[in-house]
Amino acid sequence: MLERLVAEAEKLAGSKADVSIDVSEVSKLDTFGAWLIERLRRSFSQGTVEASINGLSANYSSLVDEVRRVSAAPALDTATITITGMLEQIGRTVAGIFGTVAALIDMLGAVLVASGRVFLRPRGFRLTSTVHHLEQVCWRAVPIIVLITFLIGCIISQQGIFHFRRFGADIFVVDMLGVLVLREIGVLLVAIMIAGRSGSAYTAELGSMKMREEIDALRTMGFDPIEVLILPRLLALVIALPILAFLGDIAALYGGGLVAWFYGGVDPEAFLLRLRDAISINHFTVGLIKAPVMAAVIGIVACVEGLAVQGSAESLGRHTTSSVVKGIFFVIVMDGVFAIFFAAIGI
Amino acid sequence: MAPQPFPDAIIRVRDVTVQFGSTRVLDQLDLDVRRGEILGFVGPSGAGKSVLTRTIIGLVPKLSGRIEVFDVDLDAADAATRRSVERRWGILFQQGALFSSLTVRQNIQFPVREYLKVSQRLLDEIMVAKLGMVGLQPEVAERFPSELSGGMVKRVALARALALDPELVFLDEPTSGLDPIGAGDFDELVRTLQRTLGLTVFMVTHDLDSLYTACDRIAVLGNGKIIAAGSMADMQASEHPWLRQYFHGKRARAVMG
Repeated sequence: MLERLVAEAEKLAGSKADVSIDVSEVSKLDTFGAWLIERLRRSFSQGTVEASINGLSANYSSLVDEVRRVSAAPALDTATITITGMLEQIGRTVAGIFGTVAALIDMLGAVLVASGRVFLRPRGFRLTSTVHHLEQVCWRAVPIIVLITFLIGCIISQQGIFHFRRFGADIFVVDMLGVLVLREIGVLLVAIMIAGRSGSAYTAELGSMKMREEIDALRTMGFDPIEVLILPRLLALVIALPILAFLGDIAALYGGGLVAWFYGGVDPEAFLLRLRDAISINHFTVGLIKAPVMAAVIGIVACVEGLAVQGSAESLGRHTTSSVVKGIFFVIVMDGVFAIFFAAIGI
Repeated sequence: MAPQPFPDAIIRVRDVTVQFGSTRVLDQLDLDVRRGEILGFVGPSGAGKSVLTRTIIGLVPKLSGRIEVFDVDLDAADAATRRSVERRWGILFQQGALFSSLTVRQNIQFPVREYLKVSQRLLDEIMVAKLGMVGLQPEVAERFPSELSGGMVKRVALARALALDPELVFLDEPTSGLDPIGAGDFDELVRTLQRTLGLTVFMVTHDLDSLYTACDRIAVLGNGKIIAAGSMADMQASEHPWLRQYFHGKRARAVMG
């Protein structure tokens, strides 16, 4: 309101020189008001002729003097969107992908070196820490993993029966469930959930340690952060994921079996007989063999992101997000690579 | 000013340049820290005091130059020699940098466990002794760092830095964030420890009281170089404009009476 009045007053001046501003009616003044008076004064001042302020109460003269020393606000940098700018952004992002892969390989190498060192000097192995992380990522994850895979098994089975029934092929739902769960869905689902659950936790833990200089403190005490912090976490994950994938497989088959029984009328005996015919041990091993590799990928991505955290809370959030996103992405890429590999060797 | 070479220097920094992007933080800096002294390291905010500390302890890579600690060039040293140097120093970070997942007891015992093979009983007794040295009661041993006050964090961090009886201690702004009485106690503590344990102390600080009461020698960083080094009297006699402002300002007069 006042600002608009001042803006109107600025226009009034025209080209008149030697204006004086009368503020004797002003009884109270804050920084905003003082600056508006100063702004008005500056707009009335022309060249060397300064406009004057009259009738200022003595209480506020120091405030107005203070404001007088303020220089004009610097113009904000307004980012303009140009085609070249967008292309540059795309180029940088693509280059960033190679950077990410290089960082992962770098970490993989460092981890292998550290494990070699621990292998040669087993006293340096952090058993307590490994067991602690195993409890966190494996034991405490069991309920949620079992629940989710159970539900997914139920849903696959229900959908299968619903659609196969039209062809009178209800019983084939067992084949579909068995192959799908054991080969792909079981391990993939568990890996994605672990990336969200433990990968993010690893990144946040390491990131906040980085922010609080704990990692620097470790280093200056002569400890290798990879040996102390990362190796136990990775190892715990690599042990945990096959166990969880196995439990997930069982839970999904169990859920699928229950739905087949109550919804599809396939009684448990028939289900088990059919399952035995439909799947071979290969389906099971193909699924489980992927688990440790996916665990290593999730762990390495999480640790790289954790160590990349800079000093700010925003950076911690960004890296935690990108840990989960990249973790899931690489899990799916690895799954694809495995699919090609197993197809090539004919399993 | 060129430092005179001291045969008994415990840290020898020569021609060290550190650059972040295009900003040169340290520019061919030379510094000696003598055995057994408390060196106060001052300079305007953002001058690179912490950077120099972190460069000496090997956390910040340098562009050029040479740093010797205990007569060992850390760049040229192999892993075992490096470890033996790291065993002989203790570092108090600005924010304490206590391991947040470990209790006070575990924090203090952490470095000891790695380097010495001693029984849990001895570890616990030594831990209580170290807590006593920094003026803390044994009751805090089972607390986590998040349950400690700012001053206690600094004391525990100092106890951890002293855990392996180091010969050299780096303190990065040990009294910042402490109330004046706490800060005074801390200075006294550093002084006492230096006398009883024969420590060499490298102390980055802003605190004039600390400089006045605790430090034997003062080095001043400005424009990426050491602009002055010497006793408090030398500092006060200096004609350098920043030094004059720093050591003759209102706050300085209040401290020195």
